[in-house]
Amino acid sequence: MAGAKEIRTKIKSIQNTQKITKAMEMVAASKMRRAQDRMLAARPYAEKIRNVVAHLARANPEYRHPFTVERETRRVGFIIVSTDRGLCGGLNVNLFRACLHAMADWREKNIEIELSVIGSKALGFFKRLGGNIVSEASHLGDRPALTDLIGAIKVMLDAYEEGRLDRVYLVHNDFVNTMTQRPVLEQLLPLKPSEEEELARHWDYLYEPDSKEVLEVLLVRYVESLIYQGVVENIACEQAARMVAMKAASDNAGSLIEELQLIYNKARQAAITQEISEIVSGAAAV
Amino acid sequence: MAMTLHIDIVSAEEGIHSGKATAVFAPAQMGEVGIFPRHAPLLSRLKPGEVRVQTEAGEELFFYVSGGLLEVQPHVVTVLADTAVRAKDLDEAAALEAQKKAEQALKDRKTDIDFAKAKAELAQAAAQLRAIQKLRKKGR
Repeated sequence: MAGAKEIRTKIKSIQNTQKITKAMEMVAASKMRRAQDRMLAARPYAEKIRNVVAHLARANPEYRHPFTVERETRRVGFIIVSTDRGLCGGLNVNLFRACLHAMADWREKNIEIELSVIGSKALGFFKRLGGNIVSEASHLGDRPALTDLIGAIKVMLDAYEEGRLDRVYLVHNDFVNTMTQRPVLEQLLPLKPSEEEELARHWDYLYEPDSKEVLEVLLVRYVESLIYQGVVENIACEQAARMVAMKAASDNAGSLIEELQLIYNKARQAAITQEISEIVSGAAAV
Repeated sequence: MAMTLHIDIVSAEEGIHSGKATAVFAPAQMGEVGIFPRHAPLLSRLKPGEVRVQTEAGEELFFYVSGGLLEVQPHVVTVLADTAVRAKDLDEAAALEAQKKAEQALKDRKTDIDFAKAKAELAQAAAQLRAIQKLRKKGR
């Protein structure tokens, strides 16, 4: 029965693993719902700012903020939003692959790259591979605060304003639905001008203190809110991916247990048969 | 019926308040402003302080904002609230900290990405994932 006992302990240990993965699946499911709510809650702010910025651009065509000016590209920056924790399937791997693809293209044109990483997975990955990481923000938790991101973002925005960077991209996962998350690469700076129709009647805001300062503040807030959106969306993706991965793990554990149970039953039966035949042959000998 | 305007108070993280109001008072940069319906379009920075909203029912609602922007259109007022007190030196400090953290994490930094190594590693990870998926399909 030695083999049977080993199998039994193995089944026990797989059952324990299965309990954990099931619990993780359920936790991820409830966290995903909350993350999705947060994703929607953050949307009106960005939309509102976009409207105002679009209006400002129309009202002051002569003033061009550096954020909206296209320049010749010599250095590019990437803001990479990843997860803090693993066990979420291929989410980060796919993201990094999309990211490296874009980076390799720039590299071929002899363009330097600077990285700002959000989330410890990206930090670990690019640290190991050696990227020029200029700022990082990690351990944001499930409810990221914009305050925690400001530092990392400002490094990139300052670099852009100083002219050290000529283009800034944001890389994050796009939440399509629970089963699908897609890595996306967005151009953050220079901001793409929105192509909307001219207003029928010309009107303009009163500005306090003046239009340039307000625009400056507004654009910084706008970029920040875009990045914040990316981060929140990425968290929803993380939880969805984790949920799916943990569901797969629980299913796998289930089928493994089934197989082992069969093997165990066979071993037990064989042992009993053997014992009976030993007794019978023993009795026959007497 | 008294004239009303629509007030939205939103921050980057969430919507804070949305509803009808007869008047809104906000701490604009150049001093507190009171906004009634049909105010001229106005765009102003806000100082940290209190936004007061008078509702149709005559109630007064108070919201603390740590700065932000105020956008006024004749019948819509939007407060784009900051999530924390923002000052230039505070932001600067945060930026420095983010930089320092990155530098610390990268004591043994290599300045260039080893693309070949990165691709190989990712390919390996992807292959592992594919293998797991195949195993799963077979298991069923």
